Amino acid sequence: MTEPVSPREAGLEVAAHVTGKLPPTLEVVGVRHGAFGALGSGDTSGFGGLVSPIVMPGPTARPYGGWFDDAADELALALPDRGITMEDAVERVTVYRDELTFQVRREHLVAFMATLRDEPALRFEMCMGVSGIHFPDDHGRELHAVYPLLSITHNRRLRVEVTCPDDDARIPSIVSVYPTNDWHERETYDFFGIVFDGHPSLTRIQMPDDWPGHPQRKDYPLGGIPVEYKGAEVPPPDERRAYT
Amino acid sequence: MSTDNVTDVTDEDVVFESGDPYAPSYDTTTGTVFTVSGGDWDSIAPPAEGEKERIVVNMGPQHPSTHGVLRLILELDGETVTEARCGIGYLHTGIEKNMEYRTWTQGVTFVTRMDYLSPFFNETAYCLGVEKLLGVTDQIPERASTIRVMMMELNRISSHLVALATGGMELGALTAMIFGFRERELILDIFEMVSGLRMNSAYVRPGGVAQDITDDQVARIRETLPLLRKRLRDTSDLLVDNAIWMGRTVGVGYLDLAGCMALGVTGPILRSTGLPHDLRKSQPYCGYENYEFEVQTQTTCDAYGRFLIRVGEIQQSLAIVEQALDRLRPGPVMIEDKKIAWPARLSIGSDGQGNSPEHIKEIMTESMEALIHHFKLVTEGFSVPAGQVYSAIESPRGELGAHIVSTGGNRPYRVHYRDPSFTNLQAVAAMSEGSMISDVIAAVASIDPVMGGVDR
Repeated sequence: MTEPVSPREAGLEVAAHVTGKLPPTLEVVGVRHGAFGALGSGDTSGFGGLVSPIVMPGPTARPYGGWFDDAADELALALPDRGITMEDAVERVTVYRDELTFQVRREHLVAFMATLRDEPALRFEMCMGVSGIHFPDDHGRELHAVYPLLSITHNRRLRVEVTCPDDDARIPSIVSVYPTNDWHERETYDFFGIVFDGHPSLTRIQMPDDWPGHPQRKDYPLGGIPVEYKGAEVPPPDERRAYT
Repeated sequence: MSTDNVTDVTDEDVVFESGDPYAPSYDTTTGTVFTVSGGDWDSIAPPAEGEKERIVVNMGPQHPSTHGVLRLILELDGETVTEARCGIGYLHTGIEKNMEYRTWTQGVTFVTRMDYLSPFFNETAYCLGVEKLLGVTDQIPERASTIRVMMMELNRISSHLVALATGGMELGALTAMIFGFRERELILDIFEMVSGLRMNSAYVRPGGVAQDITDDQVARIRETLPLLRKRLRDTSDLLVDNAIWMGRTVGVGYLDLAGCMALGVTGPILRSTGLPHDLRKSQPYCGYENYEFEVQTQTTCDAYGRFLIRVGEIQQSLAIVEQALDRLRPGPVMIEDKKIAWPARLSIGSDGQGNSPEHIKEIMTESMEALIHHFKLVTEGFSVPAGQVYSAIESPRGELGAHIVSTGGNRPYRVHYRDPSFTNLQAVAAMSEGSMISDVIAAVASIDPVMGGVDR
C-alpha cells in the first residue's frame, strides 16, 4: 500500500478540517492505515484505505494557567545564570490534562535540570526516573525520554521531555544532578537503546548482558508461534489483525 | 545419580572440553554428563604485592534472606561489607511490553502482577492514569472511589504485614513471621470475598471497580477489623520493645534526608527521616482528603524507625478502612458512560461467582444492540485520546507512578511503571557499605523491596 500523504500533511489536513483553520504546528508522530492495523492480511472490511494521523497534544500558548506560568517565568529568569536562555533550551511547552511538559533540547538538558532542582522558587528535589517512548515514524525525533519531576517543597509536578533521532540516540545523563536516575537511565538504555552520555556505568539492568536488541522499541522483532499444521504459524502480536 | 549407564569411567576417560578443568564432561549412553567440581584454591593467583585480598560474595539470587530473587554482590573485608551492589532482572517478565498488545481494560490484568504484594495499588495507579487521559476523573462514582480506598488500605495492611513477617524471619524472629502471615490471611480472605481472587485480582478497572460489594461482605469486613486490631497489637507487642529486635535494627541501615532526596527514595524510608511526605495528604486522589489519618514519621533514619512507621501505618489504615465502610452509600460502582463501562455483570450463584443471569438474558434474548455493544466493548475495547499522563499514588513502599502514553488507539502505546521498590533498592549501597553482613539483611528488609515490582 502506498502512503498517500506524509503523516504531517495528513495531520494538518485533518486538523484543518476539524478546526476550520490551519494550526501553527501539530505534534504528528505517526499515521495509521486501515481500521485493523494489519497490511496485506486480506483485510476485507473495506476500511483498508483509511489513513489517519496520530496526533499528540501540540504546543500550548501562554497563559498556561495556575502556577505553570510562574514556573515558566522563574525558569526564564534563572536559566541565563547558567548561560542559556529559555528559547535556547525549550523547544515547546505542552499543557495537557493539567500536566505541564517542557520539551527540552538535549544539549541543554543538564543545565535545565540543575536549574529546576536548585532554584528556590522551583525546587524540584525529586526526579521520578526516566521513561522512554519510541515513535518510529516521527523522523528525526524517534526516541523520547520523559522525566517526571516532583517538588515536595511546593507540592508541584512537571515533566521534562527530550527527543533524539534514532541514528544518533544520545542524551546527556542527568545522574550528576539526580543520582536516582542511575538505574532508571540504565533501564531506558536497556529497553530503548538510548545512550545516556556521562552515565557512570551504562549497562543493561533487566535483560541479560549479552541480549541482542532493545525490547521496548516498536521495531523489536516479536516471535510468532509455530502451529503443528502444514507449517503454519500464528503471526507475532504486532502483525496480527487487530483493532487499532 | 545412578551410575548404571556410566560403564568403566575412570579419571583418564574424562575429557576436558573447552579447556575448563572445573566442568569436565564425558559421554554416556544417555548423553553427555557434566560434572561441576568447583574451584581449586591452588590455581587462584595470590594478591599482588601490597594489595589486600578481596573477597566478593554473591548473596542471592536464591537466598532466603534477600526478599526474593535479589542478588547482592558484596565485597568483604572479614565480616565487614566494603562494597555492596545489587543485581536485578531475574524476575523481568516484560509486562510493560505485553500491555502494548492488549486493550486498556486488559492492562489491569497485567499491572496487578507487577508488585504482587500490593496489587490494588498497581491497578489504581493505572486506572487513575487511564481515567485522566479519558478526562473522566470527575465522573467516577463515589462508591467506586470509596471501595478503591478501602481495598487499597486493606492491601497496605497486608503488604506491611508481609514486610514485618519476612523482615522478622530474616532476622530470626520466626514468631513474627507466623503472626504476620496468619493475619495477612484474614485480609486475603476479604480480597477473595470481594474480588474473587486472593491476589492479582484485576478488580479496579478504568471507570470504577469490577463489581459491587454486598451488605453481607461489608458486615464480614466489619467483623474482621476488631480481630485484626487485637492480633496486630500482639505482633507489635512482640517486637516494639524487644531487646533482640532493637539490637538488630536500631541504627542499622542509616539513610538521612539528603540521601533520600538524592536517591529518589520515598515511602516509609523517607518518612523515617522525619519528613511527613505522603501523597495521600499532599496530592489526594480517590477522595483521600475526606479521611482522617495521620502521616507516620520517625526521626531515627534507621531500620527500627521504618519498622515503627509500618506498625503505625497499619493502625492508621485500619482507621481509614472503618471510615470508608461508614462512607459507603448505595450507588453505581462503574462510570455512567456506556462507551467505557465494562458491560459484563457478575453475580454470586449457588455454584460460586459467575455471569449475571439477568445480563445474559438481556443480551441473548431481548436486545440485539446490547449484544453488539457488549461484544464490541469486550473485544475491541474503548479508545483513549492521544497524550501522556503520569499518575502517582502512595503505595506501601512509596511513590508508585504510572507513565501512560496513548496515541488514540484502543491499546496503550507505552506504559511505564515507576515502582518504588526499584528506586529504593538503589539505597542498598548507601545503607550497608561499612556495616556487618548481618546488617545488610536488616537494611534490605527495611527497604522492603518486592522483586516483581523491581523487575516488572
